[in-house]
Amino acid sequence: MGIASDALKNFKGFNLKNMPEVEPVSPGHRACQGCGEVLALRQAMKAIGTNAVVCSATGCMEIITSPYPQTAWRVPWIHVAFENAAAVASGAEAAYKSMNRKGIINQPDVTFIAYGGDGATADIGMQALSGALERGHNMIYFCFDNEAYMNTGIQRSSSTPFGASTTTSPAGKKSSGQSTWKKNMAEIAVAHGAPYVATATPAYPIDLMNKVKKASLVPGPAYIHIYSPCPTGWRCGIDEGIEVARLAVQTKVFPLYEVIDGEYHLSRKVAKPKPITDYFKPQRRFRHLTETEVKYIQDRVDAEYEKLIKKCVVEEKKKEKE
Amino acid sequence: MSKPIGIEVSIAVAEAVGLCDVDVVAAYPITPQTHIVEHLSELVADGHLNAEFVPVESEHSAMSACIGSSAAGARTFTSTCSQGYALMSELCYIASALRLPIVMAVANRALSAPINIWNDHADLMYARDTGWIQLISENGQEAVDLSVLAFRIGEDQRVAMPVQVNLDGFTMSHVVEPIEIPDKEEVMKFLPPFKPKYRLDPANPMTFGAVGMPDIYTEARVAQDEALKATKPIIQELFDDFAKQFGRQYKLIESYKTEDAETIIVMIGSMAQTAMSAVDAMRAKGKKVGIVRIRVFRPFPAAELFEAIKGAKNLVLLDRVTSFAGGEISGPVALEIKSVLYDKGIAPKTGNFLVGLGGRDVTEQNFEEMVDRVASAKNGDLPAYEFINVRE
Amino acid sequence: MAKETGIQSWKDLKFGILITTPGNAAELKTGDWRSMRPETDREKCTKCGQCYIFCPDMVYSKDAEGYFPQNYYYCKGCGICAKECPVDAITMIQEVD
Repeated sequence: MGIASDALKNFKGFNLKNMPEVEPVSPGHRACQGCGEVLALRQAMKAIGTNAVVCSATGCMEIITSPYPQTAWRVPWIHVAFENAAAVASGAEAAYKSMNRKGIINQPDVTFIAYGGDGATADIGMQALSGALERGHNMIYFCFDNEAYMNTGIQRSSSTPFGASTTTSPAGKKSSGQSTWKKNMAEIAVAHGAPYVATATPAYPIDLMNKVKKASLVPGPAYIHIYSPCPTGWRCGIDEGIEVARLAVQTKVFPLYEVIDGEYHLSRKVAKPKPITDYFKPQRRFRHLTETEVKYIQDRVDAEYEKLIKKCVVEEKKKEKE
Repeated sequence: MSKPIGIEVSIAVAEAVGLCDVDVVAAYPITPQTHIVEHLSELVADGHLNAEFVPVESEHSAMSACIGSSAAGARTFTSTCSQGYALMSELCYIASALRLPIVMAVANRALSAPINIWNDHADLMYARDTGWIQLISENGQEAVDLSVLAFRIGEDQRVAMPVQVNLDGFTMSHVVEPIEIPDKEEVMKFLPPFKPKYRLDPANPMTFGAVGMPDIYTEARVAQDEALKATKPIIQELFDDFAKQFGRQYKLIESYKTEDAETIIVMIGSMAQTAMSAVDAMRAKGKKVGIVRIRVFRPFPAAELFEAIKGAKNLVLLDRVTSFAGGEISGPVALEIKSVLYDKGIAPKTGNFLVGLGGRDVTEQNFEEMVDRVASAKNGDLPAYEFINVRE
Repeated sequence: MAKETGIQSWKDLKFGILITTPGNAAELKTGDWRSMRPETDREKCTKCGQCYIFCPDMVYSKDAEGYFPQNYYYCKGCGICAKECPVDAITMIQEVD
């Protein structure tokens, strides 16, 4: 039994008939039409509720929700800089811990959230995230991964997938888009010993919201990596974001799983995986790929998935009965 | 009233911060600030200070965590200098713009390269434009008193601004001086609980750090500028309150033997202590010399400074930092003072000297040499600035 | 007008342009952005809630009968709801201005 399993012993999740009604993020925000990231943010915050303090990195979600004099935030929210959401949240969490202990305030159940995009998390914010995870603050970190620095014009990040064309890894005569494999942030969080780590996507909203709820119940740091479709940057139709995210799961490009006290649990078995070409089809950022490149990617996706499966515990409904 | 004890200045500063009952300390070690944060850790570990000590993984995260903590409504402290200051500097602008009363002790140290861990004002000057209130101490007692005052000043609802307490690295931080550590009850009487006007509170949600488009950024800057302007009289008022309670009176500008001085040396920091001995020696020889020391560097007290120096024929302006401006204009402190003189329409003979860089001592003899140099020079003969004690 | 466009006197600003009215972005009519609008055929609708949970702009909310009517003030016309509806009850039609 670990601290996460203990905390989640009697966990009761959401379902389609029982979804949280609260909307901590208001409409009227300036996101693009069909933005999958703000949808992910909305779903996550619905699962958190209003007893929270949110620390944001610079990025799409920050810009679209805080154009002075308007704010889409119905919960306390602070934006400081690009690379330090995790550190700001660490300070806020420490402050509440100290003030509660000293009797200055009586607000012991506030949830502390830090979030950033893939750039703010995997690149410039790695250090702050690492520090926060290592120090064990009671907080949740969301990485809203739309696979590039979208807010500043679709530049590549270390989370951009191999072969994707971005404005700083463009497909050209001498280049075939991103030349490195996507950095695995969830694994990095697991390596830090975070008691709860999960991957999620808004195409599976109940799964996402339940994982967020679990993260909020687990003491210590939780990390959730949320695959967030961006029609603007991925160049798919504005109504296709959810479908692309679903395909990412169905083609094993983005497997959904949880790591609870270091134990891997697959959230969604992909019994009949679709070929990667199905995933590439709606997105113009992959249009330039050759057959060889597609094969390389397919093989690597398969291999990574196998590696993950080997780590996962066998689903144990039977075991529990024994 | 307590009696003075022999105590290392860093430890005394940490004790003072402890007496202020901070809620959060988020800090990263860097020589020569280390004893401050080490002692604060000890105070927390032994239960003398009920605070969260957040051992952050860099100075950038230290200031980030301080911003999060102060915005959440907690009394917050950190400490750094030199490279650490440079690393957190982007956040210092944000901390002041968000009007968060973080207190930071800076054990002034030179900037690389070459790497040098000794005393210099490079980090102090780096911070000039960040919107923080800058207090500069000259000796251990002042460092302790200004630490307590820093919380009182910053957290005052009329101020609501972060405050730096500067003390010279090694030259002050690591020396043992006789210091009166105030009583806990007296400090608590002087320093009421921190009651921020705005904080991160689910019961009253607010948005900190919104996007300021061109149509509002200027107004935001004007508002911050006006706020910093307004702090000058409040700082003196709180200095006076401190004097009433603790018996030690501080002013924005300190003058020493300037009443009939023909030559005034203007400086900041602990070298003023040596300067005072030098002035006593020069006075004994019949030289009419005095010292003006700037204790509050931001907001810059131009009016008070002018009153203090206006009578002098010669000004010796000291900078303990190099600002690479190409050789034709003076160092930063000298520039600020000359700007005040120009605006007032007077032009005494001025010499600017870059001294004590990277921990090199400024001796009594150096002071006498600089005074003689300026006093004997013809008007217009002095360069924009000069280094002293250079091995040619 | 001044409040919406942020044109205020510096004296009206709170510390660091703090915004103290939570969720006031809801004043902005993002519905002006769209060129298509979703219409729901209630005969086909099974009240599953997918449109509700997939809308990035919180256009849908549950009514007393369990249906999910649109709040067109905010709808940007992205079409996710129409695409995701499992029974094709939602159609995107051209916005008539």
